[in-house]
Amino acid sequence: MTHAAQPHQPAHHPALAHHFDDLAQQQEAASLGMWVFLLTEILFFGGLFLVYTIYRAWYPEAFASSSHHLDIPLGTINTAVLIGSSLTMAMAVHAAQMNSRKGVMIFLVLTMILGSVFLGIKGVEYSHKFHEHLIPGPDFAYAEAEFFRPAQIFFSLYFVMTGLHALHMIVGLGLMIWMLVWAHKGVIGNGYYSPVEVVGLYWHFVDIVWIFLFPLLYLIGRHATGH
Amino acid sequence: MSDHAHSTVHVLPLKVYYAVFATLMVLTGVTVAVAYVDLGAMNAVVALVIACFKAMIVVLYFMHVKYSTRLIKLTVIAGVYWMVILLALTLNDYLTRAVGTFGQQINLK
Repeated sequence: MTHAAQPHQPAHHPALAHHFDDLAQQQEAASLGMWVFLLTEILFFGGLFLVYTIYRAWYPEAFASSSHHLDIPLGTINTAVLIGSSLTMAMAVHAAQMNSRKGVMIFLVLTMILGSVFLGIKGVEYSHKFHEHLIPGPDFAYAEAEFFRPAQIFFSLYFVMTGLHALHMIVGLGLMIWMLVWAHKGVIGNGYYSPVEVVGLYWHFVDIVWIFLFPLLYLIGRHATGH
Repeated sequence: MSDHAHSTVHVLPLKVYYAVFATLMVLTGVTVAVAYVDLGAMNAVVALVIACFKAMIVVLYFMHVKYSTRLIKLTVIAGVYWMVILLALTLNDYLTRAVGTFGQQINLK
């Protein structure tokens, strides 16, 4: 055993669990654990992208027409906001690596503000869809009658995919509150930063999901007339 | 002991994050601009190529995979590989069905 316990060493780091040799090994295990979870998330969202692809191939005109009802300026602003929140999250992890508790807290709060702005803009978009009767169901109304049914498939997928994405962001905001408390208490910021790193991995993954959702839902049917 | 842990932490300089952020923003602008140009079927291809590149630099730099151990790299590749199986084998079925069952408008009315 090359990693056998060395009794002459001083008391170990308070955040180091007894079954790990050192913080680096513990950090590696934490990142691996988050990545294994993200693998299940890749397949979870992958299934939704698959359903979207099949229905889009099935009803190309209806999907192009429906996508014209999405707001590209708001979607573009939200993409920029979310990429910005990924930058501030990366900087929070950087601050944690540099043992700057203050930096961790500042950048986590900035990330949470940007995440909330994204959810707020998403709420505005949802409210527009509600007023335009684009929620699938009894109140659904669509000017081009021939697309009445397949347009509801598009908007069902739109609300399920963006809704699940928004739910993941709400979970991420909760995780960041947890990290803020830990940074405030001093759990984070003395050589121990893997919780912030792992929350960062999760947040960047949610950003990647949006990087695919935005072009697929908003953009790729834009040039087509829908007829 | 904690000094040993510090020595193994790979801290990226902030300018790397700024460069990745700037690239992501520029590519977002490009993908929106291209959407208004009629390239036919290539619109979706261009949008997906840009999205894949954006996702790749987020994974490599923001998520530190470029500087992670081979175990983490293998895990990430396994995830992408399994998603490709999911997409490729299912579309292999749907896109090769007999004429009239797929690729044509199905009357839902």
